[in-house]
Amino acid sequence: MEGEAYVRDTEQGERSLLPELDSEGAIDAVISIDHVTKRFGEFVAVDDANFHISRGEFFSMLGPSGCGKTTTLRMIAGFEQPSSGEIRLDGKDVSRVPPYKRHVNTVFQQYALFPHMNVWDNVAFGLRATKVSKPEIVRRVTELLAVVHLADFATRRPGQLSGGQQQRVALARALVNYPSALLLDEPLGALDLKLRQAMQLELKRIQREVGITFVFVTHDQEEALTMSDRIAVMNEGRVVQIGTPQEIYEEPTSEFVAGFIGMANLLAARCEGSDGEFRIARIGDQAVKVASNGLAIGDEVTLMVRPERAHLRTSAPPMDLAGVSAEVVDLVFQGPIVRFDLRSPDGTPLVAHVGPGSDLPLLRPGDQVWMCWEPSAGRLLPRSTQGFPRPDVLEY
Amino acid sequence: MTSIVGKGSEKRDLASGTVTSPMGRVGKATINGLAFLALVYLFLPIFVIVMFSFNNPRGKFNAVWQEFTFDNWLHPFSDTALTDALVLSLEIALIASVIATVLGTFLAIALVRYRFRGGAGVNFFLVLPLTTPEIVLGASLLMLFLEPHLVLLNQDFTLGFTTILLAHIMFCVSYVALTVKARIRGFDWTLEDAAMDLGARPARTFMKVTLPLIAPGIMAAFLLSFALSIDDFIITYFVSGPDITTFPVRIFGQSRTATPPQINVLATLILISSVSVMVLVTWFGQRRKRRLGNV
Repeated sequence: MEGEAYVRDTEQGERSLLPELDSEGAIDAVISIDHVTKRFGEFVAVDDANFHISRGEFFSMLGPSGCGKTTTLRMIAGFEQPSSGEIRLDGKDVSRVPPYKRHVNTVFQQYALFPHMNVWDNVAFGLRATKVSKPEIVRRVTELLAVVHLADFATRRPGQLSGGQQQRVALARALVNYPSALLLDEPLGALDLKLRQAMQLELKRIQREVGITFVFVTHDQEEALTMSDRIAVMNEGRVVQIGTPQEIYEEPTSEFVAGFIGMANLLAARCEGSDGEFRIARIGDQAVKVASNGLAIGDEVTLMVRPERAHLRTSAPPMDLAGVSAEVVDLVFQGPIVRFDLRSPDGTPLVAHVGPGSDLPLLRPGDQVWMCWEPSAGRLLPRSTQGFPRPDVLEY
Repeated sequence: MTSIVGKGSEKRDLASGTVTSPMGRVGKATINGLAFLALVYLFLPIFVIVMFSFNNPRGKFNAVWQEFTFDNWLHPFSDTALTDALVLSLEIALIASVIATVLGTFLAIALVRYRFRGGAGVNFFLVLPLTTPEIVLGASLLMLFLEPHLVLLNQDFTLGFTTILLAHIMFCVSYVALTVKARIRGFDWTLEDAAMDLGARPARTFMKVTLPLIAPGIMAAFLLSFALSIDDFIITYFVSGPDITTFPVRIFGQSRTATPPQINVLATLILISSVSVMVLVTWFGQRRKRRLGNV
């Protein structure tokens, strides 16, 4: 209820909170990262990042530690300045504007609540710093404490709150200035699993209620998939792919994304020819059909198949299925599925998730099988220059 | 059945005390006794000073117990030269500590918070006044203040209030910077980021967030430098002039001709005030700890 009041009030102001088309018909960008590079001495932390974040969007930056996602967030907040390129906020270049003059607010990894102030004063801090009138401060702090369900905790100090409650104070404190965008730096990292899952839903609810753009930094792919409208996957300072969670999962454009998001079988292959809308790829001595995606014939490629798209057969697949022979290494009953760990003849580890209803005979480690998939379920990726993916990528 | 009986007897053993063997009891008593003696050793001189403030000495030296009197306490400021010296000591200690605390705190924040060229050098020069023998410091300061070039520069360095003050600020800055540095080593600087992120300018961030949180460390540094300044003898002895001097130097100077019991009275007063300050600081510190909780 309180959240609805919030949205209505701000909609009456100058800024609309919903995605909005500008004159050229493109989605209105709150944050534009325009060819931004950040160097620390010799080290390139962010390498030519170039993307837009739309109004009202839940946008995640996902990647392993050291991939540049936090540096990018700190540049948006104003704690770091880009070595080159431009950051625009609501269309204005803010690359050299200090954090206290930028209309974005941050939820820090360890919350960074002021320990000497109670919850009310923590939330009111941003309003007092920007010289908001007293009645307005009372109105907004009350409203935000209601949004995060902490109205009864106004006089507590941060030290007297649980981790989840501290997290919500940090959220209220960052939202109270009605920022153009809320930046979240791994805000769920310090919480235990159960609380983290509850807070994921809570964050989504609050984002829907207030309608503000959320820029969320995380290394947890599941978290990013669950919460985001769009995800930017980063690795070693580069943005390697941007898309909806479904695009990122179903159509990764690199081995890295395929391996980092979910589980993936990655097979070394060679593009040999085409058959109508399909490409023919050769894996060892087997030729398989794969959906075409613009890789040239003759290229060394990697074929990706998600474990849940693979099924097992005890005999060679018919022509309309793709498949490779493999040996069963291990099988684990996981409730809804049985997970098969396999090994291809050249030693590549493979995984297949086999659901109920498959009419497989009882398989044991050492049995020879065929791992098969619909040609449309396979995806060709350019071969990475960094050697074939490490087995640990499979074990997320 | 047997197990239940076993548990019961165990409980009785524990209830009768943690030290069970007779040898153990002797050892415990010995340790307690030694600890008591060590405390007596530490506090006996202080007790003697307090006791002799109630002495009514015959002659000029308050060294032999004669008879009990409240006279000294009724006229604690009767020795005007001594009182003037004490007032000067307090003035110097206050001004020097305030200035040293401000300078030393900013120095400590700069050293802890930022990496900069010359940081290691600054650290070295901070420790130098602590490790240099005071007599060397005092002598070199005296030479500096009497240096004719400084006089030519129109600096009024006649020995006295200014020179004592400058000398005290010099060594107090080191103590303050090192104390504050140690206390703010674990400070969470993202709190400053958070404040600025919320729209607070650097000055507001410092006044509302950084300063209130590092205040106990600064307070400790201030008290330490106040105590060091009040207490300093060697350096002050060199840089104070013939007409103006501090409490410790005055006592030393006149101890050859007289030691009036007012020395003991004033010393006891200093003792009482420093103990009260300590009690207050501890009390505030514990209250604060309770309030801030475990963040």
